[in-house]
Amino acid sequence: MVRPAHRRPGQSRKAQTSLFVAYVIAVTGAVAGLLLAILSVADPVGFAALRVASHEVTAPVARGSRSIIGSISGIDDWVSAYVGAGSQNRRLRKELADTRRQLVATSALQEENRQLKALLKLQETDKAAFANGYLLTSTSTSSKRIALLSIGRNLGVASGQPVRGADGLIGRVLSSGPSVSQVLLLTDIDNVVPIRRARDGLPALANGRGNGDLDIRTLNIANNPFKPGDILVTSGTGGLYPPNIPVAIVVRRTADGALARPLADPAQVDAVSVLRAYTPDNIEAQAAPAPAPAP
Amino acid sequence: MNRTDTRRLGEPASLWRMRMVPVASVMIASALPLMLPMVASSPVLPPLGLLFFLCWQLLRIEMWPVWIGLPLGLWDDLFSGAPIGSAIALWTFASIAIQYFSQRIYWRGFFHDWAIAALLVAIIQSLAALIAHPDAHTGKVLGLVAPQIIVSALLVPLFVRLTGMFDNFRLKRR
Repeated sequence: MVRPAHRRPGQSRKAQTSLFVAYVIAVTGAVAGLLLAILSVADPVGFAALRVASHEVTAPVARGSRSIIGSISGIDDWVSAYVGAGSQNRRLRKELADTRRQLVATSALQEENRQLKALLKLQETDKAAFANGYLLTSTSTSSKRIALLSIGRNLGVASGQPVRGADGLIGRVLSSGPSVSQVLLLTDIDNVVPIRRARDGLPALANGRGNGDLDIRTLNIANNPFKPGDILVTSGTGGLYPPNIPVAIVVRRTADGALARPLADPAQVDAVSVLRAYTPDNIEAQAAPAPAPAP
Repeated sequence: MNRTDTRRLGEPASLWRMRMVPVASVMIASALPLMLPMVASSPVLPPLGLLFFLCWQLLRIEMWPVWIGLPLGLWDDLFSGAPIGSAIALWTFASIAIQYFSQRIYWRGFFHDWAIAALLVAIIQSLAALIAHPDAHTGKVLGLVAPQIIVSALLVPLFVRLTGMFDNFRLKRR
């Protein structure tokens, strides 16, 4: 049994006033907080500095716990490879992952080839990655999917840059601090990625569901063209993500499109690379030095 | 010259410890998920800071002023990823709700506390998700936080016990 509260201040005028003032502060502050929340939904960048500062504080702990627990799980992996057919299983699984990666790359290249034949002047933007890091940790108690990246402004990371792993797209940089930056994951509800089907270039939009899956919607809604197993890559439309980064694989059709699973799992990916944002300036900047040494 | 210990046996705990233990437990619990090496693809962990915040208030209603949710909510917003301001507002409304319940239900028992905490966690997590994603489909957003709410509701007794342990440490006499 909890002791009943003695909140009633009795006859004391001073106690009555201070209780009243506490309630006034609470209600005013709560309403101000609600307005602040609405403001920060409308303008997420404005309040990013506060959050980046707090993440800079926890990043060293996250780095430490990652190195400790990472090494423990490494030992676990190493032992399990000796048990039974573990080593064979591991090798086969790795080969399968490699093959799938190659398959994605090949189908993307085919489509790229087709487009290059049509537009001969299109530039390759393969060397767009300029920094590598790893994902330290992520928010896990709220509905926002924000991960912490181990590098920040010290290596030139800025907001809006795409982040990818070896298997595919991870997300984009939301804001960057001095030594860590925040990545809005592909699976966040607010993250929309313009994509196309690797096989035939059918344009679509990928929208996070917040639970690890993606909603795929086509731009022309005449019929539902998706089949399980379709591989989706970025289209480069809209200018943020460079084209031909693998994004997801279709799991099943839904009423208005398809449900897809991201090819890169942020929980298992080891290293990620930060790419230059796919904007006209960057494309030109990469294209410009290329012809200079040629003559 | 040897310094003599002036504290006597049976003396109450220092004021500093009595004030800091509850605040520190909530702040550490809020920041803890961002210190674990885990990249979650959905809201998998219960809101640890919020659970401690509610349990402290259910256990010691007179310990904190009713506006304590303003600073502690701001701290939680910095780490949870929710838009800054949402926990400030929702945690303070939760404090006011607990004050109200404690006046309506004079002798609260364990099951009252459990029900109040579960109800407030469900309301706060749902509203926070709805504030964070105003354009998304409401049913989808609520479906996203539903598993987390159920886990949190089941974990309330554990957090009540933990809060009780911290409270014993807070008030431990010499």
